[in-house]
Amino acid sequence: MNGLLLLIPIALGLGLSGLGAFLWAMNDGQFDDPDGAAMRILIDDEGGSDVAA
Amino acid sequence: MNHAAHASEFTQGTRHLEDSRFAVPGMRCAGCISKLESGIGLLPGVAAARVNFSAKQLAVSHDDRLDDRALIAEIGKLGFDAQPLSVNPLGTDHEERKRLTRALGVSGFGMMNIMLLSVSIWSGAADITRDLFHWLSAMIAVPVVAYAGRPFFSSALMALRHGRTNMDVPISIGVILATGMSLYETMFGGREAYFEGAVMLLFFLLAGRVLDAMMRDRARAGIEALLRNQAPGAMVIGADGATRWVKAADLKPGERMLVAAGENLAADGVIEDGETMCDLSLISGESAPQPRAVGDSVLAGSVNLSAPVTVRITAAGPDTIIADIARLMDEAGQSRGRYVRIADRAARLYAPAVHLLAALSCAGWLIAGAGWHQALTIATAVLIITCPCALGLAVPVSQVVAAGALMRRGILVKDGSALERFAKIDRVLFDKTGTLTLGRMTPLNLDVLTAEEQSVALALAQSSRHPISRALHGALSARGVIAAAVEQIREEQGVGVHGLWRGQRVALERPAQSVATSGAATRLAMGDTHIDITLADALRPDAQEAITRLGLIGAPATIISGDRAEAVGAVAHQLGLTAQARALPQDKIASIRRLQSAGHQVLMVGDGLNDGPALAAANASLAPGSATDMGQQAADAVFTGDSLVAVPVMIAAARRTLRVVKENFGLAIGYNVLAVPLAIAGYVTPLIAAIAMSTSSVIVIANALRLKRCAQ
Repeated sequence: MNGLLLLIPIALGLGLSGLGAFLWAMNDGQFDDPDGAAMRILIDDEGGSDVAA
Repeated sequence: MNHAAHASEFTQGTRHLEDSRFAVPGMRCAGCISKLESGIGLLPGVAAARVNFSAKQLAVSHDDRLDDRALIAEIGKLGFDAQPLSVNPLGTDHEERKRLTRALGVSGFGMMNIMLLSVSIWSGAADITRDLFHWLSAMIAVPVVAYAGRPFFSSALMALRHGRTNMDVPISIGVILATGMSLYETMFGGREAYFEGAVMLLFFLLAGRVLDAMMRDRARAGIEALLRNQAPGAMVIGADGATRWVKAADLKPGERMLVAAGENLAADGVIEDGETMCDLSLISGESAPQPRAVGDSVLAGSVNLSAPVTVRITAAGPDTIIADIARLMDEAGQSRGRYVRIADRAARLYAPAVHLLAALSCAGWLIAGAGWHQALTIATAVLIITCPCALGLAVPVSQVVAAGALMRRGILVKDGSALERFAKIDRVLFDKTGTLTLGRMTPLNLDVLTAEEQSVALALAQSSRHPISRALHGALSARGVIAAAVEQIREEQGVGVHGLWRGQRVALERPAQSVATSGAATRLAMGDTHIDITLADALRPDAQEAITRLGLIGAPATIISGDRAEAVGAVAHQLGLTAQARALPQDKIASIRRLQSAGHQVLMVGDGLNDGPALAAANASLAPGSATDMGQQAADAVFTGDSLVAVPVMIAAARRTLRVVKENFGLAIGYNVLAVPLAIAGYVTPLIAAIAMSTSSVIVIANALRLKRCAQ
């Protein structure tokens, strides 16, 4: 029983933090441009020194 | 990537920042993203530029000295076509999707945590541990159900208020009863609580809703990117001779407007000065450009092709011919609102049946001598087992998978109901200009020209804005021809373009007599040789194949066009179809109504303003990506690219989708036939309910995934 007193809050806390992360990501626009995110990894110029690709 | 450093240096100017959005349909790769973001982001006056690749949009935060036209010109320099978009026209739809996604996240959290507790109860937790876990589950489940269930509760309430029933009614009753019953069990230390069942049900159903909303948003964003969205308006010449930009709604009869070549007319009027060619194809369906000179009347919505003209306005705003067409379209669209989605039709039969079943099993157990508590528990179990979880997923998942496959094929479907309506089509009506044909002049006999002649023709054509020159320019550049060095190029209004090349006179002129019966022609003169080039509004490349395939799948086609009988007849003959020519928008609606009352389900394929009412009146409608904004907004689906095969592909894919949806209904009902007797007999525990529910959902999703290749 003592174990439960510790484990249940941990489980709930983990779940809540996952939910919080999801809601943050959605409000931050992380899911607005899934295709673009996949493309951007291919852009290799860093910073502002990019001329035309 | 965000040009943050640039932004901070810029904001020192303390000027007011504005946000503009542009549709840039031409971006295709990572290179385009970085080209646009760096090219626009580093302009003076621009604070930040950010590409949304999924929606093919570019958002620019800039200072108010820059306007949209300047930015479009800069994007043009980078090699992209851009159209301005209003700041956030789809805000409300995005809001709905976000609300659903939030609800999905919350119910997912609730489901996982309650499941964690339930698993320990199922594995044998007893007495005080079980009570504690039940209470914890209740504390999670009640707020989760209250929050995540709202989309269903409000929709069910709305339906009941109107005396109807839909899929959400049995869902809401099932979820609320299961939660209430489980709360009662918890309070009195009972053995079985269905919290995880109720929350899992919400999670699966919300997943279906979120998918549905995502499909709609994606198609709308794609269509928005195709819309030309030009602010309708005109340069009005004031009393002092100065010109200013006036919105279409504020134009008044009697004012004089200056219409540049290539611009749309914003109001009906009479030409006061100048002489030009007008493209009326969007209004009347006529394919050949019409000459208009001083004293001729011109209509709003037509395109001024060749030269600037001054027009005195005779009718503006709600009095124009376009506005009449828009009104006709509104009236025609009302009948389609009566279509009932397949899921709701299923619910009309399903909901009363399951509620009756639950009530009967409750009564049956009472008569058999069981207590109220046991009878109610069994009735709840029946409701949970029959709750249309798989049914609620069956339709949206199939439609989302099919819409995704169609989107990869270049067909944007606006919503799931369109897919259902496309499946039933057994007659197809085609508009001619811009639908069966490409809607633009194409030279037919370029091959008779030598390479040298081609390059001279290109040099002459590219220096003129005449529609024939522009068609030649487009076709020759597409062949990779390089323009010759022609000097002293001059254009004479109504005669042609001429110049000097290697000392001899070269010209593109009006031919001596009309060569072609339909379409247009020009004559290339080089010294003493003359070659006639004929042009016509060519058929889309695979129109014939599309018509044949439509015949094979049992949806024969006919043509209905506003163009002259000769022009329509030529196309009809070529394709072997019957045709109706000179059809006004009202005539098109009448034809559709006639077919509908004969029991046909009609698909209208059209692009112009004059097709708008017919697109709205037909059972389903499809427009090419080159269609007018009004056409694209009225249509259920839009196909990009030149290929007309999209029409049979769309119908075939819709039919396959409907078949899979029906299979899924079959699977869901089959599962009920197996599980309901168990529930009525009282053998269903929360564990069995949870397993049955998730298995049936997985089976339905797996079946729907077969549609991934439905558009091939």
